Parts: sequence; C-alpha cells; structure tokens
Amino acid sequence: MPAVSKGDGMRGLAVFISDIRNCKSKEAEIKRINKELANIRSKFKGDKALDGYSKKKYVCKLLFIFLLGHDIDFGHMEAVNLLSSNKYTEKQIGYLFISVLVNSNSELIRLINNAIKNDLSSRNPTFMCLALHCIANVGSREMAEAFAGEIPRILVAGDTMDSVKQSAALCLLRLYKTSPDLVLMGEWTSRVVHLLNDQHMGVVTAAISLITCLSQKNPDEFKTCVSLAVSRLSRIVSSASTDLQDYTYYFVPAPWLSCKLLRLLQCYPPPEDGAVKGRLVECLETILNKAQEPPKSKKVQHSNAKNAILFEAISLIIHYDSEPNLLVRACNQLGQFLQHRETNLRYLALESMCTLASSEFSHEAVKTHIETVINALKTERDVSVRQRAADLLYAMCDRSNAKQIVAEMLSYLETADYSIREEMVLKVAILAEKYAVDYSWYVDTILNLIRIAGDYVSEEVWYRVIQIVINRDDVQGYAAKTVFEALQAPACHENMVKVGGYILGEFGNLIAGDPRSSPLVQFNLLHSKFHLCSVPTRALLLSAYIKFINLFPETKSTIQEVLRSDSQIRNSDVELQQRAVEYLKLSSIASTDVLATVLEEMPPFPERESSILAKLKKKKGPGAVSVNELEEGKREGGELNGGGERGGDSSTSAVGSTPSPSADLLGLRAGPPVTAAAPSAGSLLVDVFSEAGVNDDGFLRFVCKNNGVLFENQLLQIGIKSEYRQNLGRMYLFYGNKTSVQFVTFTTTLNVQAKPVEPLIEGGAQVQQVINIECLTDFSDAPLLNIKFRYGGALQNLTLKLPVTINKFFQPTEMASHDFFQRWKQLSLPQQEAQKIFKANHAMDTEVLKAKLLGLGMALLENVDPNPENFVCAGVIQTKAQQVGSLLRLEPNAQAQMYRLTVRSSKDTVSKRLCELLAEQF
Amino acid sequence: MQFMLLFSRQGKLRLQKWYVPLSDKEKKKITRELVQTVLARKPKMCSFLEWRDLKIVYKRYASLYFCCAIEDQDNELITLEIIHRYVELLDKYFGSVCELDIIFNFEKAYFILDEFLLGGEAQETSKKNVLKAIEQADLLQEVRHMCFLKICRISVLTQ
Repeated sequence: MPAVSKGDGMRGLAVFISDIRNCKSKEAEIKRINKELANIRSKFKGDKALDGYSKKKYVCKLLFIFLLGHDIDFGHMEAVNLLSSNKYTEKQIGYLFISVLVNSNSELIRLINNAIKNDLSSRNPTFMCLALHCIANVGSREMAEAFAGEIPRILVAGDTMDSVKQSAALCLLRLYKTSPDLVLMGEWTSRVVHLLNDQHMGVVTAAISLITCLSQKNPDEFKTCVSLAVSRLSRIVSSASTDLQDYTYYFVPAPWLSCKLLRLLQCYPPPEDGAVKGRLVECLETILNKAQEPPKSKKVQHSNAKNAILFEAISLIIHYDSEPNLLVRACNQLGQFLQHRETNLRYLALESMCTLASSEFSHEAVKTHIETVINALKTERDVSVRQRAADLLYAMCDRSNAKQIVAEMLSYLETADYSIREEMVLKVAILAEKYAVDYSWYVDTILNLIRIAGDYVSEEVWYRVIQIVINRDDVQGYAAKTVFEALQAPACHENMVKVGGYILGEFGNLIAGDPRSSPLVQFNLLHSKFHLCSVPTRALLLSAYIKFINLFPETKSTIQEVLRSDSQIRNSDVELQQRAVEYLKLSSIASTDVLATVLEEMPPFPERESSILAKLKKKKGPGAVSVNELEEGKREGGELNGGGERGGDSSTSAVGSTPSPSADLLGLRAGPPVTAAAPSAGSLLVDVFSEAGVNDDGFLRFVCKNNGVLFENQLLQIGIKSEYRQNLGRMYLFYGNKTSVQFVTFTTTLNVQAKPVEPLIEGGAQVQQVINIECLTDFSDAPLLNIKFRYGGALQNLTLKLPVTINKFFQPTEMASHDFFQRWKQLSLPQQEAQKIFKANHAMDTEVLKAKLLGLGMALLENVDPNPENFVCAGVIQTKAQQVGSLLRLEPNAQAQMYRLTVRSSKDTVSKRLCELLAEQF
Repeated sequence: MQFMLLFSRQGKLRLQKWYVPLSDKEKKKITRELVQTVLARKPKMCSFLEWRDLKIVYKRYASLYFCCAIEDQDNELITLEIIHRYVELLDKYFGSVCELDIIFNFEKAYFILDEFLLGGEAQETSKKNVLKAIEQADLLQEVRHMCFLKICRISVLTQ
C-alpha cells in the first residue's frame, strides 16, 4: 500500500488495528482491547517521560478504541498535553481526541481553552484553523463564553488569511446555534454581510451559512444581504462553466454557493427595489432555462448539481408565491421530472409539487398531472416515493377531483404498506368529509375504509361518521341501510360492529319497514357479532339493544331474554354486568313514555372542527396539512377541540344544571375521566385552549372577591389569592396540573413584569407564582397573563386577564348622611357621573347584595339613603399618582327585576370603569 | 447537516461526525437504527428518506454507505454531491480509496472532513484547496511504512 504511506503513519497503531480486525470473536476483540488499555495505562503512568510521538500514538489508539464503541475514561490529560506540542501532527491528534471525547471536567476545560487561546493568537494560520475546528466541533457553552467575543474579530480582520476566515465563520455559526445569547454581532454586522462580496469563493461559501442563520433570527439587521446575494447569484448564474475554476463542479458553476444564496433569499420577502427584483427574476428564469438545455455531461453529478440549484430556485419561487408565470413554469418543469428515470428526481418532484399545489397560481397546473401521480402511487417500487405520491394527491385534491382521488387512495389502501396505512386512512377520511357533495358517498367511503383497513381506523374516524350521520337527517336512512348490508359480511371488522350498533340503535327504525331488515332481523344480526367483540364494543351493543326496545316494542321480550341470561347479568366484567342489570330493570319498570324520553334519539352534535383533521395535524408537520386547511378548519369549527375530548364538556352538561333527557347511553359522549385519559395524552387530541383568544370568563367573578379559581379546564387549574392595601397589592397564582403527566417548558408572561415560574409542573402537582402589584394611576385594562406549556407534546397556549381591577385599591370611607349628599352634589359635572340601568342576573337577595358591595372595597353606608331598599357606598381609590374619591348608589327594583346604578367620582374614567365592572355583578 | 455516518455493508461504523450535541447513548441508538434502516433498502430505491423529523440522504460507494442527516429546508441533491465530493477528496488523497484506508487512517478521514465541512456546513468546496490544507500537514510527516497492507484493495469510486 505505498500510496497510503502519506502522512505520519504510526506503525504501532496499524498493528493494533490489524489485530482487532483479525479477532475472530467479540470476546477476543474485548480481550485484545483490554490488553492494549492496560499497556497504554502503564505507559502513561510510567516514570519514563513519553516522547511526543508515543503520546500521539497512544492517544490515537484510545480514540480508535472509543470509536469502536468502548468507553474510555483516561488519556484526556495526555491529549491536552499534545495540544501544546509544536509538531503539527501531534497537535492535530490532540485536538481530534478532544473534539470526539469532550469531557466536562472543568479543570481540563480550562487547560483546553488555554491551549486554544494560545493557538488563536499564534498568527500561524494552520494552528488557528485547528483551534477553530476544535471550537466548532465541541461547540460547548464554556467555549462560547471564552471565545464568542474573539472570533468575530478574527472573521472580519483585514489581515486574516482566507482559510482562517472560513473556519472562523462556521465556528461562529456553531457557537451561535448552541449559545445565541453569547454571540453578539452588533458592530460587526455590516462587515460580516459584506463577506458576500469577498473575492475568495471559499470565504463566501462559508460566510453565507453564518449569514443565513443570523438572518433567520434577525432579518431586519441583515436585510442589506438581499441585494448583495442577488448580485452574487447573478454573477454565478451568468458565468461560463470554466470561469470559476475549481469552484465549478462537473460543469456547474459553484453549485453549493448558488444553493445557499437561494436559501438565504428565502429568509426575506421579494426585494422591494425594482432593479434588484428584476435581476433576481432574470436569474430564476435563467436557471429554469438551463434545465431545458441539453446536459453538458452524462455524469449524474452534473445533473444532480444542476437540479439542486433548480429545486432551490423553485423553493424560492414558491416562497415568494407572487410570480404566476414562474410558478407555472416551475410546475411544468416538475411535471417533466415526474416521469424521469432517476428515482431521486421523481421523489423530489412529487415533494416539491405538494407545496405548489397550495398556491392559487399553480394549483390548476398541478392538477393536470393527476394521472401521472396516480400511476406513481400504483407503480413506484419504493415506498417512500409512493408516500410522496399519496401526499401530493391529498394536496391537489379539490371538489372537482375528490371522487377520483378518494377512489384511488381507497384501492391503494388494499395493498398499502403497513407503515403508512394509518395516515392514508386519515387522509381518505378527511378528503371524503371535506369534499362530500352528497353524504351517502361519504358514508360509503368511510364504511369502505373500515372494511379495507379496519385496524387502522382510529376512534376519531368512526366517531366522526356517527357525528355526521346524527347531524344530517337526509343521510340517516341510507346509513342504516348501508351498515345493515355491511354487517351481513361473515367477517366484519369490530369498528364496523361499533358503527353498525350505534347507527341501527338510533336509526334502525328507518329500514324496519323492509321485511328483510325487520327489527328482529336487525337485532339478530347485531347479536350474532356480540360474542366476537371486545368489552367496549359489547357495552355499546347492550346500549343499542335497550334503544331497540324503545324503537321496536316487539323486540322487547327477545332482548330482555338476552339481558337476563347468565352470560350478561352475571358477566364477570363489571361494566357489562351493570349495563345488563340496569337496562333490564329499566325496560321492565319504566313506562313507555319514560322509556321514550330516556332513550330518545341523540340530539345533533355541536359543529366543530373535524376531529380527524386535528389528528392529522398532530401526526404530521406542516408537510401533510397545508396552512390553508388549518385556516379553513378554524373558520368552520371555531373551536379546535377534537372528538376525543368532546366527551368532556357534554358530560359536564349532563351532570350540570340542565340534565339532558337523552342521556348518552351508548357511552359515546361520556368522555374518559381525566385521570384515565392522561397517560395516553400523546395520542389524544387535546388542544383544549383552542385559539389564542383572551379568556376572560373568570375575570368578572373577581371584581367583588379576591380569592378563588380563575380558570379551569381538563388539564389545568389556576387559583388566585390576593390581598390589597392602599395602592399596593400582592397576588398569588397557583397553577395546578390536573393530569398525571408533566407539563414541561411551563412559562407565564405578563405584559407587566413578573418573577418567572417553575418551568415544569409534575402531574398532580401545583406551583405558585407571586405577583406584586402597585397601582400607579387609574386604569381600565387588566394586565394580561400568557401561559404556555407542553403537555404530551402539544403546545398549550392560554391568555387570561388577571383580575386586577381599579376597585381593588379602594379604601372604604365611612360618612354620615349629610356628608354623603354634600359630596354627591360636589361631584355634579356631567362627566363625573356614570349611570347604568340593567336587568338582574341573579336573585335580588339583600344579604348577597351587601356582601358583594363590601367585596367591592367601598364602605357600605347604612341609614343614608331615604329609601331603605337602596344601597349607597363611599370609598377612595388609592393610586400612586392621586386619590380618587368615589360614591355609589344602587337602586334595586324588585318588581321589574332591574337595577339602576349610579357612580360619581372625581375622575370621569374611574366612574365609567366602575360602572362597567359593577353592571355585570348583580 | 446534523450528522454524517459512514458504515460498511456489514453494518460496521467506520466514521461518525456529529454536528449537534447528543449523548453517547443517543448517538449509539441513532446509529443502530439508521444503519438497519439504510441497509434494508434495495439498490434502486431513492436516496432520500424521512426519518424522525430529519431527512436522510445516503449513497453507497462499493462496500461503504455514506449517510447524512439534514434538516427540513436543506437541499437533498446538493447533499448527495457533498457526499460525492468527500469521496473524491478521500480518493484523491489516498489514491483510489478503499474501506481499508479509512479503517487504518481514520484520523486522516476526520481531518479531511474537517477541512471540507465544519459545523455541518460546507467550508471549502474546492478540491484543490482542501487537499492543499491537508498536504501541508503531511509535509511534517515522519515515517513511511504500512506496506504490509496490500490486501484486496477495491476502490470505492469504481462501483
């Protein structure tokens, strides 16, 4: 191997590596390694000082052993010693060892940083590069602390060698990624941006990665890079393939730099300057034109480099989404690639077209390729390509082609790879719902889905079909007929039994006229599946049976017989046994009327966003669901609650004040108790806070009280305790995690300052946050509290109004009748008075009213008003700036169930605000 | 780029370069999983695959698989050519490189990679400039040997 003998071969190392390779077994290898480790250890510990070469050799052996996958717990010190060697190769090995095997030992870090510092200031470019490589490879916070200030200086200094600049740029990038707070560009910004103009292509290539990353974070500071990037790109695109010498790659001028320039431009909107924009559009057109030219080489490297630029250019065109002409050209180009013999290009074309499909300018152009894409779905041999084809079909689907696409996807499902079935099922279900013109088609599609891929049909999908059938009476008869037919199949999926049980239980009467589906036939059909089903399905079937008794009195005796059988009434499963017992009793005791009321048809479900869409959004990133759809979902649904969660609120309405007569006997609505739901939180469609609107339900409850629960949902409870004195207040917020799963990255932000809260709340635990409040002047807007945390992977976002209201700063003022009226008259300017007449929201109980007025913070004055029914109060609001005296009079009219509220105070805004706040309280 | 792995057809890891901080345990897990996934793929399949939230770009050269993990907005095709350029660099340096060169001179393979890519981004794409930097170091070399390694050399570039 003569050619290999370049470099500084280490014979001992080569022998050791050969030995390892010759080991016949894992045991032999370990034995050989242990022998070597013992040897190295003794050498390092020996009294004889090792020369640089030996030290390097042993350190290198340790590195090799580590890279084989074994632990190394010594040798760090020797490696650090190598760093200060004068011999380049020794230093190099030292740095390599440190880069691969960083140790957080602080003593060592100090030594390493020292060695790096020496090399950085050595003015020897090769040493400087080694040191920079090491920083970039380790990228630790300690290193950022030590060098983040120094490296920008090296990067922009006039006398820095090009190779050092390149390393410095990327080294800085790595530090910025790990510790953005420590890398401050500030004064260097403009000089760094101007590296885009550097004569050395290598410097530009390295610098642009840094500039792109910085631009993403601080677009405004770096926006001058746009015109520089456009002119650089333009020069490259128009250069002949030989102009750039070694930066030309297989006849393509500077492909890496071109891609990065196009990538950088994607951090910004289209250039505003007409000339710059014109030049850029020209570049993009040239790139599209070049794709049509005959290749300059048959090598795949040539076409890859050329197409890499093309795809990046198309990404930029899609990002701008403003040049219809370019969008359509891009689409046509991708259309050609759809049939290319290179699998890679077909894959990328499908992927890229997915984003084009969401642009209004190119949606139609994408649709023209439907046959090719369907063909790809059927014939591609690589599952990842088929997956892309399925994604694209989903993205290009609209009302005009939905039936075709859904049919193709369904037929593909029969043979689809297991890995993508669940997602395919969701997509079919969504498309079917979204573009259903007639709902019988929708029902057919979903039942087909259950038939073909029942195992992959999640709860959300079959819940949804039931929701829709219940809400649309035009499809109920058809649905009953179809499930009845589907259940005839000798082997049908359990999900089909569930849907069948529910639908026949509700709407079996709609097909009972036909003797082929008479009530008894229906019942026998359902019951023939009973013994094959799991407990939850059996429970659902039992509920369907009791509904049958109501729908068809003639089935009563048969069904009672079934319920009475030992296998039901003595079932070992508590839930089943209870249902059997209760239903049996209900059917024999209750009168027909009661039965009819209890077992009435389910009322329509509240319309909300499709739970399956929510699930797909959860499952996949933005790739799968276009932004359009998300928006649409919002518009349609309003709330983002998924089907899984739906149970929660309807079950509270059932136990709440107005029990629904048609309690959901099928258990569909009975949401899982929170504790049971929590462990599977990841798969649940929990996004209980819906959109980011401000939640101020709890706010008004606190006008007249200081303690209580501000907010509560299935996940979180926020309690408040507060106390006020003069113009100061203190509020304790208690965040309680109601689930058994941690909330992580829990943060709260107040639009005023507050101490940070613990970032993590364990399941079932509570954390406390204290807020000190000082009232500077009068106000009407309450502070907003924003709460963010992760629960089972989903980001929860909630904004609440903190119940801090102006009345909290009241000092009660006692005064006699005479004083009161005198002051009342003093405050006689029209704007000083605010008045409201409003209907009573609560019972007009004198004691309750008194308590509320006291809670308001003013003094309640007895024997002041001539009318004993009326209430008058007085108080002074303490703010830092001033004191605002206020008087209040509340006149209840029990007959009309109305109140008249009058507030007078020395400041008009205060009167108005108090009046607003109080009007909601009585 | 988040990391680059080189492994043999037998699944032996020959080079690993991580551009994001991960624990050793996590690195081993990722390696095991990816080696398995990539080796299971058939020759004519596409060179890209989605894996966790990353894109994997891989290519086989003779007995070696070169495998890069890139982020969502990164360009797959240009990453394929990053791999190719690295192979060219190794080839030029070792003189028709084979797996054994990378085993026995693993430190060189790392040095060349550091000159070419730093922090996961291209630092210098000119073949000449990269090799110039490496060869400067070799001028300081000491002994010449390793002639005993004349075992079946199959060049990586002649696939």
